[in-house]
Order: sequence, then structure tokens, then C-alpha cells
Amino acid sequence: MADTLEKLKERFGDDVLLTHSFRGDDTALVRREQLLEVARFLRDELSFEMLTDETAVDLLHMAPDETFFPAGDRFEYVAHFYSLSRNLRVRIKARCPENDPRLPSLYSLFKTANFMEREIYDMYGIAFDGHPDMRRILLYDEFEGYPLRKDYPYDKEQPLIPMRTRRGEPQS
Amino acid sequence: MSDKLTIASNENAVDQAAVDEEGFQTEHMILNMGPSHPAMHGTIKITAELDGETIVRSDVHVGYLHRGFEKECENSNYFQCFPYVDRLNYVSPMINNVAFAGVVEKALGVEVTERTKWIRVLISELSRLSDHLTCVGASAMELGAMSAFLYMIKAREYIWELHEAISGARLTVSYCRIGGLMRDLPDGFVPWCRANLAKIREVVLESQKLLAKNRIYFDRMRGVATITKEEAISYGFTGPMLRACGVEYDVRKATPYLVYDEIDFDVPVGEFGDNYDRFYVRMLEMEQSIRIIEQVLDRMPEGPINLYDPRFQLPPKDEVYNTIEGLVNHFKLIMHGIQIPKCEAYFAVEGGNGELGFYLVSDGTGRPYKVRCRPPSFIQMGAMSRLLEGQSIADVVPTFGMINMIGGECDR
Repeated sequence: MADTLEKLKERFGDDVLLTHSFRGDDTALVRREQLLEVARFLRDELSFEMLTDETAVDLLHMAPDETFFPAGDRFEYVAHFYSLSRNLRVRIKARCPENDPRLPSLYSLFKTANFMEREIYDMYGIAFDGHPDMRRILLYDEFEGYPLRKDYPYDKEQPLIPMRTRRGEPQS
Repeated sequence: MSDKLTIASNENAVDQAAVDEEGFQTEHMILNMGPSHPAMHGTIKITAELDGETIVRSDVHVGYLHRGFEKECENSNYFQCFPYVDRLNYVSPMINNVAFAGVVEKALGVEVTERTKWIRVLISELSRLSDHLTCVGASAMELGAMSAFLYMIKAREYIWELHEAISGARLTVSYCRIGGLMRDLPDGFVPWCRANLAKIREVVLESQKLLAKNRIYFDRMRGVATITKEEAISYGFTGPMLRACGVEYDVRKATPYLVYDEIDFDVPVGEFGDNYDRFYVRMLEMEQSIRIIEQVLDRMPEGPINLYDPRFQLPPKDEVYNTIEGLVNHFKLIMHGIQIPKCEAYFAVEGGNGELGFYLVSDGTGRPYKVRCRPPSFIQMGAMSRLLEGQSIADVVPTFGMINMIGGECDR
């Protein structure tokens, strides 16, 4: 099972910052500059044809440790890949700092990244370079803040927004 | 077609103004469907740019049912998450329960008892039946086949009767517990379930006769919203939508969980990847689900339901009321929650519409640090614009029906 991780380490060397296989989930933390290249390598060389899931975790209140969440940047991006032909799963993670929340988009490789990266942008405010349509998706455009960040209060209320016209523009 | 995804206003359409072959000036029209529309059994809005009746491009707005599922879970303990996961895919709430209990058990590293595994398979398949019956029935109704809808909803009612007998609720079941189930199956459940299954099988066969070779239904479904195998994989399709394209991927077969590896069933696949194949795959899957349930009823072993592990499961009530250890255990679990060691885990099951996965991050406290639901219908809605390209406006309804978007799961 850990074969995938070995191949990743062989190909990317020091750009793979951390690996573990907790309960059979192969996981690799990679440098964000290499994220797109790692995804391409997984898809084309190791036949991980499917990007099953993309999400992010805000590590603001997470105490750092050696195995799972080492000290570092605040936001952690998590992607799950699945290989249909080899029936394998792998989890790829990458970090981005609070003052520069940007990551490369996987849209050029997997169309499914369109909606999932929009959701991450919506919930965590992480923008994806190379994404064709970086808009909010579940929330409305006037929503203030990013609700799944750990410093967004649970009971925060949003201001009322002006009525929209039939065509969707704000009413003057 | 055009790769532009955004449609801000009618201005774009005016830019498209052109002169047709007979010299008339034409321009594309913007049509808003939804968020509240009689043919949309779910709150979404589709902004479609039309050339005559053909959709040139469209923009799909989801999120009208967003209720902050992940934020709520992060502020609850693990027991309190179960009612929230019920309300994700509210047509098959039992599968959500099984998946969430599964991810927590994976993070804890425990395995449930044999009988619980079989019961979880049973309730998953009952839910899958109700999911498919709703999907096919509703889409048939939207194409005018009202009687098929009524038959199928009647059959769904038999399943919800069983849900009610099992858990006490029809929809918001909250039946699974971490390391077990709320309670054992009620007395007389097995013969009752068999009787209901016979009735459901009859309805499935009847509806199949009504729909499969129905001229109107066939013509509206065949060749509509076709997608190739490669594209479907790139769009992250799973479940019936992917199998309709001819890819034999089913989480129950690929990575068997519970006791699916001991059960004999087939995975039906389609050929053309159009709406008709999606419908037909679902019809065949219902037969397989009935087959699975019959095997479960035959082979389900007797035995305990719960592990009663003091680390994560509430002790039986007579212990709570009669012993100090039981009382303290109950108090600790309610006040401090389950202390899952710091870890991360992903667990996927085959939901009604595809791979339903949960990604859990625990920071060692009594509350989940992060709960992510991989919602199959949200991901499949991501391909809606692509599926609708070049289709006529009337094809929106069956295509949307076959994606089977469930608002609670899509918008979370």
C-alpha cells in the first residue's frame, strides 16, 4: 500500500515533507509549488484517474505534532485521489500561509475541481490559481468572512443585504 | 462549445447578437429556472443562455439549502453529529449514519459486532431502495408518468414503515451509534421485512414495465445528456451516474466494508452514459438491493449489538441508574465527549448517488476538529452545465432528475 508514497518520495524528494499511513490511508504532505506536478504525476504515471475529494483544514487551534500536523502554515489543503485501475487511494496535502492563501488549481487535470475548489474558496478564502471561475458557491457574494475558518465565530450574524433586481444586480 | 462559465447578465447575450441565414437579427436569451420552480424538486437555480430552445451554456447556482453542516459538527460532540448527518441525504438517511459511524470507528480503530455489521448492510440497502425509488419515481412524474410516481412512492412508504419500526422515525432516524446501533431490530421484523420486500419487488417490476419501453419516456431519456467514460471520471462521477457510462466502480465491491464481501450481488453497468442508462442502472440496482436484503435476512447472526466500550459508548441505562461506575461513565461521555486521539481518517461507502465519504480530523478533544462530507450529488452537479450544453430546455428536467440532487447533501 505504501508503494505510492515510496514512488512519490523517489520522484519529488525533499518536496514531500511528510508521509504517513494511518489505518491504511496513505498520506503525503507536499510543497504547494509542487502540488500541480504531484497531481499530474499521480494521474499520468501512477494512474490515479479520479480526484474524489478536495477540502481544507484550518489548523489555527491545532497543537503541532510530528506525525499528522507538523508546525507550519495555517491552512492545509487536502485532496483524495482514487485509482480505478489499481483500486488504491492516496491523500495529498499542501499548506498555504494566512497572508498568502493561494494554491495551484487542479482544474486543468480534473474537471471536478471546479466546484470543490470554489467551495474551499467560499469556506476558507483560499484562492486557486488557474481556476476558471473563482466565485463563491454555497454562500452569496455579499457574505462577509469565511465561515469555516476557526476564527469565524459560531454565532456571528451577517448584515442584511440590499434587494436584488430580477436580473441579479443589486438594486440602486 | 464556449468555455466561458459565468453569465452575469443579459449583456453577454446581447454580445452574441448575430444575423441568421435568412437575414433576421437574433440574439441569445437568458432564462432563469428556479430556485423555486415546479419542475425542480430541489432548490437550485439554473441560468441558461438559450439559442431558440437549445441551451448554449448554463450556470448552476447551488447553496440555497446551506445550513453550515461542517461548522455545526465542529461545535458539537460526536453523538450530536448523528442528527446532522441524517439531514444530509434525507432520502437515504441510514446510509449517512452508517458512513459517519464508520469514519469515527475507523479513527478509533474499533470494529463493530457481527450482528451490527449485518444490520448496517440491511439498513443501507433499504435506504438505497428508497433513494432509487424516489429518484426514478420523481423523474417519471416530471415527464408526465404520474402513475409510476404514485406506485414508487407507495413502495417507498413500505420502506419508511420499516425505518419507523427500526428507529422510531421515518426520516430523521439517527439509528447508528459509534460502536453499535441505537437498539436491536424489533420483534417480528424479519417476516414483516420479507412481506414488504415482496411488495416492493412487485412495484419495481411494474414500474419497469411502465417506463422502460414507454415510447415517450424512452424518447425523452435516450441519448440525452450523454457523457463519455473519460469525461465522467474527470468530473468525479461515482455511483449510478458513473456506472451508466460503463465503468464498473462500486465502493461495495472495490473496497468492501461491513460484510459486503460475503454477500453475492452484481454491479449493473450501462453502455451509453445517457439519461436512459442512468435510469436503467438504478432499476437493476434495486433488484440487486432486494437480493442483498434477502441474503441478510437469511444469514443475519444473533448476538450483541453494541460493544459497550466505556471509551465511546454510553453504558446501558440500568447500569447508569444502579452503579456508580456506570453513572460516572455516562457523565464523562456526555460532558467531555469521546476522546479520539489526534488523527485523520477518510471512510467511504456507496451511497444512493455515489461514493459518500467522510473525512474526519480529530485533535484529541471531545469534538471533531473537522468533518468533511464528500457529497456525491454536489460533485455531480458540477457537471450539470456540461451535461446541458446543446440540449433543449425541456431536457433540463430529466437530466436534473437523473443526477438526483438532494438539496440537503448538495448544499450541506
